[in-house]
Amino acid sequence: MMNDEQSRKARIQLMITRVVVYAILIFLTFLCLFFFYMLIINSTRSNAELQAGFSALPHGHFIENFKNAWTDASINIPRGMLNSFIIASCCAVLTTYFSALTAYGIHIYDFKLKKPAFLFIMAVMMIPPQVSAVGFIQLMYKFKLTNNFLPLIVPSIAAPIVFFYMKQYMESVLPIEIVESARIDGASEFRTFNQIVLPVMKPAIAVQMIFSFVQSWNNYFIPALLLDKAEMKTVPIMIAQLRSADYSKFDMGKVYMFILLAILPVLIVYLLLSRFIIRGVTAGAVKG
Amino acid sequence: MSKKKENELKTRGVSNAKWGYLFILPFFVAYTLCTLIPQLMTFYNSLFMNYRDGLTQVGPKFVGLENYIKLFSPDNTGTIGILKYFGNTIILWLMGAVPQIIVALLLAVFFTSYRLNIKGQQFFKTVIYMPNLIMASAFSMLFFVLFSPVGPVNQVLLASGWINKAVDFLNIKISVRVLISLMNFLMWFGNTTILLMAGIQGIDQTLFEAAQIDGANSWQIFSRVTLPLLSPILVYTVITAMIGGIQMFDVPQILTKGIGMPNRTSMTMVMYLNNYLTTSKNYGMAGAVSVVLFIVSAVLSLIVYNSLSAQYRKPKRHRKY
Repeated sequence: MMNDEQSRKARIQLMITRVVVYAILIFLTFLCLFFFYMLIINSTRSNAELQAGFSALPHGHFIENFKNAWTDASINIPRGMLNSFIIASCCAVLTTYFSALTAYGIHIYDFKLKKPAFLFIMAVMMIPPQVSAVGFIQLMYKFKLTNNFLPLIVPSIAAPIVFFYMKQYMESVLPIEIVESARIDGASEFRTFNQIVLPVMKPAIAVQMIFSFVQSWNNYFIPALLLDKAEMKTVPIMIAQLRSADYSKFDMGKVYMFILLAILPVLIVYLLLSRFIIRGVTAGAVKG
Repeated sequence: MSKKKENELKTRGVSNAKWGYLFILPFFVAYTLCTLIPQLMTFYNSLFMNYRDGLTQVGPKFVGLENYIKLFSPDNTGTIGILKYFGNTIILWLMGAVPQIIVALLLAVFFTSYRLNIKGQQFFKTVIYMPNLIMASAFSMLFFVLFSPVGPVNQVLLASGWINKAVDFLNIKISVRVLISLMNFLMWFGNTTILLMAGIQGIDQTLFEAAQIDGANSWQIFSRVTLPLLSPILVYTVITAMIGGIQMFDVPQILTKGIGMPNRTSMTMVMYLNNYLTTSKNYGMAGAVSVVLFIVSAVLSLIVYNSLSAQYRKPKRHRKY
């Protein structure tokens, strides 16, 4: 009797807890999705409809807004997306390749400066890039490298956080035997890395490629200080331009479309690969 | 491994040292050129008067610590700019980070609880992580148009009769701060949840079972088992979030058009730095602001570095050679 009563109580308690937990989760889901839902809905409405009032349902002006935004005279969004794409792709490739190379160099070989090199990278890992911006900008002006993509691409060769991720990954998956057997087969050290090690590292490289692409695609601070020619601007700079323009004169349907276009590539990649990306968030982080 | 082979490996190891240097060379060259030298130049610049006044270039002229003295002396309204912006940055960070860490901790416990057995975890994780990848400047622009005086939020409030005049959310100190922290919260709580979940999953499950058998309730399990064992990862998460907070720029910059309105109450440290770099090209003052930023982030980095290297010193489960 007593036991029945107790287990019934526990069951009810568990049920209530579950209801509360799901309510919290649904609220947070709503909070995360609501703003993007509004963005998509408003990108389907004309300026007049947007001025007239709020609506939670899509209208039929999506194509029209897209055409207006895509062919806008002052904000050349297709060019901006192309520029951002070029920079982000180069960063993704360079960052992952050289981080893996550096991690491999420190992981496999023995040399005098191995430990200091590793400790140095760990020490500078968390220093924000903004604190060296003054000197960097000055240097780029000196070398006439403003309005050039190189200063936005080359620094990605040295990415301490990606290096750390690669190092962690190598420690868990790269058996020295593979490297040994490649050496015995007479492969050069460099070929061993490119043809044997890189394929083993594929999952880590793919995940870091996505993260560094996204990071570069969204990057605003340094590009805004270096790119001022219209045809060199990247997407975030154009978004900022949109903000400083007199928005009341703007076709609001077009403004929503610009914002949607700015986040769409990343959104699509995320929806396709979310499972893989979420797993990647933790894989390189601190392991207990 | 036979003696012979071991010797062979050793000699190969010596002759291979050059490959080690060669492989890490690109990283160090790029780091020196793109970060180390600019960093030293930044420090050096902070000791010079060097700016543009209209079309005339003033300096560079060595002035010692004058830029720092100027940085920390009150302006004509009696406020010390850098302290105000540092304060803003901390307030904005706290308003976003405190709820972020509490919610993330809560969700991480929910998701890892066998008793609750939450369904649809993959879906929830996908949704809450999504804002992390969204372009901060675009997200901020979206908030700006939604909350502008003629935006949909005001339209709904007016239509429902709750207000009879549009609210200019972007000119009220508290609402600007709430919007910025809300965006930061949305962008980061999913990420933190996933990190903390991994931390909880890394805890020895038998400890939870033992506590349960001993009759501990959920709160006792959380406060006496989960929290203490999670604390290294929690510290790491909080400190890295702080370092991220110091860099807060895109969201307030776009939302307030770079002026930190109203009355610079949402101006952050990096926005302040950016102002010196764009309008007056004042490399001297920008350098001094950078040095202050560097000191703050270096102190925080040191804590992360210590926790990470402590972990690295732990004996490895499997050594390769």
